Amino acid sequence: MVFIGVRAAPMVALTAFSIGVTLAMQAAHSLKELGAEMYIPDLVMVTLLREMGPVLIAVIVIGRSGSAVAAELGTMKVSEEIEALEVMAINPVQYLVVPRFLAMLVMLPALTIFGNYIGVFGGWAVCTFALDFNTAGYVLRALQSADTWDLYSGMIKSGVFAWIVITIACNAGLHVEGGAEGVGQATTASVVQALLAMLVTNAVLTGIFFFAA
Amino acid sequence: MNSNEAPIIEVVDLVHQFGERTVLNDISFNVHRGETLVIMGGSGCGKSTLLRHMIGSMKPTSGSVKIFGEEIATMKEHEIGRVRQRFGMLFQSGALLASLTVGENVALPLFQHTHKSADEIEAIVKQKLEMVGLTGFEDLKPAEISGGMKKRVGLARALALDPELLFSDEPTSGLDPIMTAVVDQLTLKLARGSHMTAVVVSHDMTSAFRIATRMIMLGHGSIVAQGTPEEIRTSTNPEVHQFINGEADGPIPLNLSQDKHEDHQCVKPRPFALARYRFHHKIS
Repeated sequence: MVFIGVRAAPMVALTAFSIGVTLAMQAAHSLKELGAEMYIPDLVMVTLLREMGPVLIAVIVIGRSGSAVAAELGTMKVSEEIEALEVMAINPVQYLVVPRFLAMLVMLPALTIFGNYIGVFGGWAVCTFALDFNTAGYVLRALQSADTWDLYSGMIKSGVFAWIVITIACNAGLHVEGGAEGVGQATTASVVQALLAMLVTNAVLTGIFFFAA
Repeated sequence: MNSNEAPIIEVVDLVHQFGERTVLNDISFNVHRGETLVIMGGSGCGKSTLLRHMIGSMKPTSGSVKIFGEEIATMKEHEIGRVRQRFGMLFQSGALLASLTVGENVALPLFQHTHKSADEIEAIVKQKLEMVGLTGFEDLKPAEISGGMKKRVGLARALALDPELLFSDEPTSGLDPIMTAVVDQLTLKLARGSHMTAVVVSHDMTSAFRIATRMIMLGHGSIVAQGTPEEIRTSTNPEVHQFINGEADGPIPLNLSQDKHEDHQCVKPRPFALARYRFHHKIS
């Protein structure tokens, strides 16, 4: 839990900040032509909550924690540790997978919320220092534009991503065969599969949330 | 040997095939309470596969394996768990959990399967580690101790629940002669004192003859010979004789053809050898 969540925080913060800044600058560039700079906070806020936040934080967590879980379980598998657990009548799924599953399910959404804050802060930095916004104006616009559903939809996505990432990682790890080489392959496979599955699911969820209703 | 009592382990007509290859062929034997059975045989003869069948992590192609009178070959996973709590297993590499300390590794089965308090468990862990000569190593991680120590921690863990039956895969390989003797004495003490039954897979003939009450020798997936250590020692079977005396020449095929080996070493005529020689030495 500490590994998946707390130690990932600095990386998440940096990424989210960059994204917030980039979003604000891009928005400024495009919206200026329409004379609609006042909508920059709206755009930053909604994009972050609905899409960029959950997806990008999930990308980081896949690269960092998903791969680590796959490699760790894979190493345990090749060094007979999993078999030893089974022979001690300890269910390896209960003992190894369940805690990781719960940690991921709690920490990925938590990191996403944290990332959202930092991203919005990045947007604020651009708006206040480079454009003619004052802090109060930015905060007000941002809060007005987003409703709770934007936040919740992002959180639902994040929860689903957590489930996908940890399932793929644990599955890859527990099915390792053939020594160190197998561990490497499983780790790579888990990252690639998790990324693809996450992005496809994101598209599907966005479709369901914002166009089906 | 008390043969009136039902055997602890009963293996009947066990066959295991990996695809076309028959790894175990018609293995049958019994192990009674208090016996120490040593299974020996060359590498790749099916010893470890046989052991895996007895702990229920491999399923036979046909035949039956009964542990404590219960058929383990057809059992569901959660039923096997109940049987597994009654035996301990020492893996060849120790198979300690790398993320836990030595003490936590030994405590793991106690925490999982008993309702003892933390203090009681700590006392048991201390006692078990003392039995294998590792007092004071509780707080080290497996990565910080040697291979032989890991194996002894593995033994302490296997004994944590005071099992009625102990399986050991090569318990003394990688141990120095003194530690080998200590581990052997421990096995003997438990077998005689607590009537623990032990099944030991071993290459180490000195240790095998020291602890065994009965021995089985495997070869090509079948039982080549079985009997008391005395019977094995005086066996006239040439394969047994070769194995226990560790002779390179004998009836056991080594799968390395001397002729082929020589083929590789012989110097083949290389084309352009002369030209290359001339080029490098600038001879015209």
